[in-house]
Amino acid sequence: MKTKMKILTALAMPAMLLAGTAQAQSGGTLAAVKERGRMVCGASQGTPGFGAPDDNGYWRGLDVETCRAVAVAVLGDMDAVDFVPLSGQQRIPALQTGEVDMLPRTMTWTLQRDANGINFTTPNYYEYTGFMMPKSLGISEVEGMTGATVCVQTGSTTELVVNDVSTKHDLDLSPVVFDNTSAARQAFFSGRCDALITDAGALASVRASMADNPDDYIIFPATPYADALTPAVRQGDDQWMDIVTWSIQALIAAENFGITQANVDEMLESDDPRIRRFLGTDPGNGAALGLSEDFAYQIVKALGNYGEVFERNVGMDSPLKLERGYNALYSDGGVMFPLAFQ
Amino acid sequence: MTNNRTNATAQPSTSPSMVSRGVRIFFGSWLSALLTLLSVAIILALIPAFRWAVLDAQWQAGPPELCHGAGACWSFIHAKLRLILFGLYPPEAQWRAFTVIVLIIALVLATLWPRLWGLRIIGLWAVGLAVMLVLMQGGVFGMSYVPTSKWGGLPITLLLAVLSLGLGFPIAVVLALGRRSKLPVARAVSILMIELVRGLPLVGLLFVAAILLPLFLPPDWTIDKLGRTLAALTIFAAAYLAEVIRGGLQGLSGGQVEAAQALGIPYWKTVWHIVLPQAIQKVIPPLTNTAIVMVKNTSLVLIVGVFDILSAARSAATDPAWPAPSTEAYLFVAAIYFIICTAIGWYSQHLEAGVKARSH
Repeated sequence: MKTKMKILTALAMPAMLLAGTAQAQSGGTLAAVKERGRMVCGASQGTPGFGAPDDNGYWRGLDVETCRAVAVAVLGDMDAVDFVPLSGQQRIPALQTGEVDMLPRTMTWTLQRDANGINFTTPNYYEYTGFMMPKSLGISEVEGMTGATVCVQTGSTTELVVNDVSTKHDLDLSPVVFDNTSAARQAFFSGRCDALITDAGALASVRASMADNPDDYIIFPATPYADALTPAVRQGDDQWMDIVTWSIQALIAAENFGITQANVDEMLESDDPRIRRFLGTDPGNGAALGLSEDFAYQIVKALGNYGEVFERNVGMDSPLKLERGYNALYSDGGVMFPLAFQ
Repeated sequence: MTNNRTNATAQPSTSPSMVSRGVRIFFGSWLSALLTLLSVAIILALIPAFRWAVLDAQWQAGPPELCHGAGACWSFIHAKLRLILFGLYPPEAQWRAFTVIVLIIALVLATLWPRLWGLRIIGLWAVGLAVMLVLMQGGVFGMSYVPTSKWGGLPITLLLAVLSLGLGFPIAVVLALGRRSKLPVARAVSILMIELVRGLPLVGLLFVAAILLPLFLPPDWTIDKLGRTLAALTIFAAAYLAEVIRGGLQGLSGGQVEAAQALGIPYWKTVWHIVLPQAIQKVIPPLTNTAIVMVKNTSLVLIVGVFDILSAARSAATDPAWPAPSTEAYLFVAAIYFIICTAIGWYSQHLEAGVKARSH
C-alpha cells in the first residue's frame, strides 16, 4: 500500500502542471477567497432543486443559492463562485483538504460528522421523511409494513431512515436502491416496490404529478424525526464559520423582517433599529465579521429572502413543489429561526 | 460462382424455385429452422422497442409538455444536448471545447497516415494536446479562465481516454522491458507495480486518487481533482498495456537483439528501432482491446464527481421538468460510446491490413 501511494504521488506530480494548484489554508479562508477573487463550493452531481446545472451549465438550487449568498457577502458577486461536483463519499474529504471553501450539499448535521473534522453552520433545510404506498395494500402506518420492499435513493439520509425504521419496529424491510430521486420515484409508480420513501415535503406533489390516480396512494410519516441539512465549513477557521453562518442567517432574517428582493431599497429608509442594523444603515455588523457593512443588503438585493429562495428552487415555483412545512419561519409554525443581527 | 450464375438466370422465369430455395435456406435443417424461428421471435419482440424509439417518439424540439405520449422523448436530447456534450463548460466559451473535439478527431485521422509515424506523430500529438489543454483552461490570449471543475462532457471523456493511453504507453513500455530485464531490481519493481495495479479494481484506484490521496499530501498543496483522476487512469492503463506489450516482446526471436548487440547498437536504439516496431505490430488486436476498454473505463470517473459525458447525461436526466427521460439520455450516450469504440475497431483493422500488406 505504501509503495503504491508513493508511486501514485510520484505519478500525480506532473498532473499539477496540467491543471494548476489550489491551496489549502488551515486558517484565513476569507483572505484566501478574497485573494482568489472566487469562492469554491462543493456541489452535488445533480440533485434537482438543491444543486444541479441547468441546460446552460449554470448551477441552480437551494444549496447553490446558499453558497451564492456567501459569495455576495464576501466578494459582492453572486457569480464569483466555482462549483465542484462531489460524490457523497468525496464531499467531506474535499472540504477538509481545502478543495472547497464551503460545503452546502444536502448534508445532515450529525454528531459523528461534527466531531470528526468539520463544522456545521446553520441549517438551510429541514428534511423529514415519509412513506407512500398504494392503498390497495391496505397499510396505513409504519408498523404494518412487515417485509415490504422500499424504493430509496442511495447516499441520502432516507437510506439510513429505512434501516432505522426496519430495526426499530422489526419490519425486515428490503430497500431497493436507486441512484437518483427521479429513478426511485419512477420505479415506485411502475410497481417495482411496495413503498417509496422520500422527503415528506415532496411526497404530496410527487403523488399529484406522477400517479395515474392520486387517490390510489396513501402517505404517512416514516419517523417522528426531522433532519437538519446544513452547509458545513472546515474546522479551525472561526471567522469563516461566522461569515457563512450569518450569510445564511441574513436570508432567514430578511424574510422575518418582511424584506424582499423587490422592496429592499425602500427598507433602507426604515426607522426600525433592528432593520437598520440588519441592512447596515446603522454600521457595526459588517465590521465585526470582516465584511462590508451592507453585506446583508447585498445578499437580499441579489437573491431575495429565504422564502423567495425556497419557492424559486424547491417550492411552488419549481417542478418539485415542496410545501414549506418545517422550513417555514417560526412565526408561521416552522422551525426556521432568525437570530439577532446586532 | 457458376452455381450463382445459373440461379440468377433461373430466378425471373420460375418463381416456385425461389420459394423452394427460400424454404431450403430458412428451414433446410433442424438447426436453421430453429434459428429462423428464433430470429422471427426476436424481430417481433423488437417491434415495440422500434415503435417506442421511432414511430411513437417525439422528435420535435420543444418544451417538456410535448413528451406525454407513449414514445421516446427525443426533444429531451435536443434540449439537453449542450449539457450532455459539454457539461458545465461556460456556453460563451463553448467553441473552445468544440475545437478540442475537432482537434482530437483530426489528430486521430492524421495518425492513420503511415508517413507520419514515429517521432513526428508523437510530436504532433504532444503539440496538439498542449494546444487542447490551453484551449480548455484558457487564461491566456484573451481567453477566459475555465477551472477544471467546469470541464465536462465529451471533451473530458476523449481527453481522459487519449491522455491516459498516451501517458500510460511509455510507462507501459518501460514496465514491459523491466519485467523481461535481467536486472533483478528492475524486474521486481515492474512485476510488483503491474501485479499490484492489475489486482486492484479501477474504482478502488479512483477512490484512492480522488479521496485518500489529498488526505495524505501535505496540507498546503493539493493536486487538481481532474489531475488525480487522470493519474489513476494512467497507472491503470499502463499496467494493462505493459502486459500486452510484453506479449509482443515475447513473440520476437532473440536473434535480432543479439545481432544488434553484436553490432554495438546501444540498448535504447535497439529497443526503439528494432524491438518495439515489431513487437507492437504483433499485438495490434489486444492493444485495440485495451484502448476500447480504457475509453469505456473513463465513464467510471463519475463516481468521483468528474463531469464526463455519462455524468452530464445522468445529471440532465434528473431534471424533474422532463418526464422520465433517463432511457433516452442513456441511449444517446451509448450511441456516442458505440461510435467511438467502433471507430477504434475499424482503425485497428486498417492497421492490421497495412501490416499484412507490408509483410507479404
